[in-house]
Amino acid sequence: MRPGVLATVQDLGRKGLQHLGIVPGGAMDPMSHRIANALVGNPAQAATLEVGLSGPELAFEDDALIALHGARFAAEIDGAPLPHSRPVLARGGARLRIARAGAGCFGYLAVAGGIDVRPVLNSRSTYLAGGFGGSRGRLLQRDAVLPLAPDAAALGADRFARATRRRRAIAAGRCQTVAWFAPAATLPEHDAPVVRVVEGVHAGLFDEAARVTFFAERWRIAPDSNRMGFRLLGSKLGLASPAEILSQAVCLGTVQVPPSGQPIVLIADH
Amino acid sequence: MKTGRRAGPRVSPLGDGAILLTVADALELEANALARRVALEIRGHGLAWVTDVIPALVTVAVCFDARTAREAGERRATLERMLLEALDRAAGARADAPARTVDIPVCYEPAFAPDLPEVARQTGLPHDRIVALHVAAPHRVLMIGFAPGHPYIGGLDPQLAVPRPATPRLRVEAGSVAIANTQTSIYPFATPGGWNVIDRTPLALFDPERDPASLLEPGDAVAFVPIVRAEFERIAREQRTP
Repeated sequence: MRPGVLATVQDLGRKGLQHLGIVPGGAMDPMSHRIANALVGNPAQAATLEVGLSGPELAFEDDALIALHGARFAAEIDGAPLPHSRPVLARGGARLRIARAGAGCFGYLAVAGGIDVRPVLNSRSTYLAGGFGGSRGRLLQRDAVLPLAPDAAALGADRFARATRRRRAIAAGRCQTVAWFAPAATLPEHDAPVVRVVEGVHAGLFDEAARVTFFAERWRIAPDSNRMGFRLLGSKLGLASPAEILSQAVCLGTVQVPPSGQPIVLIADH
Repeated sequence: MKTGRRAGPRVSPLGDGAILLTVADALELEANALARRVALEIRGHGLAWVTDVIPALVTVAVCFDARTAREAGERRATLERMLLEALDRAAGARADAPARTVDIPVCYEPAFAPDLPEVARQTGLPHDRIVALHVAAPHRVLMIGFAPGHPYIGGLDPQLAVPRPATPRLRVEAGSVAIANTQTSIYPFATPGGWNVIDRTPLALFDPERDPASLLEPGDAVAFVPIVRAEFERIAREQRTP
């Protein structure tokens, strides 16, 4: 119904194709994606809806077992707060509104049976730059329909029944849920986290000031960052002497420094 | 702090989930051939925990899975050994014959060759001589990257070595074939582009619904086949309606 700012269907990405220029892609926070899936009994590679910055408003056509995990998005289902990080059994017709995240950026909405878009190149991940995968290769659009597994409702009901056999279900508005939840330890740290790095082959090309600055600076992520890379704002990093480097493979987390001197951390769609 | 020139092939970490073999420090076709051969051999091992083997101009990156730091250390050590052994074997192998040659029809119509006049001006060669030299060269795909199916092709005749234009184009049409310095490149999608566009192919370099999705692979020999506009349109139509 409402598309949200940066909602895309993702799974764990496309492996083994980078030699053809096809990025691995997949969830920006694979751990949260996996846990969201585990909370509804899905395998790790099942597709979820990755929600970024500010979320969509969705309506469920049928009963569904769902879980929202990752960044702490303010979310309501039929007007009542949606409990995070645990399986929630939603009734057909339920409306889920996902608003902004208090901390963090990406969250994952998993549905029992997975989001059943057609796989492209062995993955349901959305590659926005290439316009393929996920929901027609695009950001979630207004009035888009996200297909679920044909037996999603029965699957969800069955899994929830098994989950609540020993520990009772509790009510959450018009939904049912459980009292337990994935603990905070499963979430990324959000307060000025320390990120560890491994020196790359071109580290020696930078001048001494750059090397000190890189580690001392408290970098900010620029608003025009996206799934391909986080642009870092801070001091400029300079080379010891001008250098032309030859094109080579990069990986998730590679920190590139273009001529502007402002680093870019390459992420899922690198 | 690391200083000084690095000579010779070496292995280094690429983050904590990949390892990089640098074959050479400058673009030499022989180093590229070694990189591709090493990549093929590592792929051939079929290790379940290797997720990508990526040859580039003169490097090979191998991405791998590991569940613990210890496992990562062991796998990195295994890959380091395998890469250096593969490089030894590749260096001793015979000439680098391409597995296949891919014909790429190209049209040099002015509408498709916006930079051909500038290349003519810089090289002092007439258009048809440029075309002839381009077609005759022994083109070889050095690597594919930066966009799905986007090839970087070596073997360009030195007489056609012109630098990149001072101002990149805001939009280069899909299928555009462009040259810069010693290489030819083909744009799979309409994107901004910084090379000299001298012709265009009606073929789709990349189609995620096609098998194979990428028309070219590293190591392919490429034969550019000049065609006229009518033929270009015919092939383009055929591509659209399977």
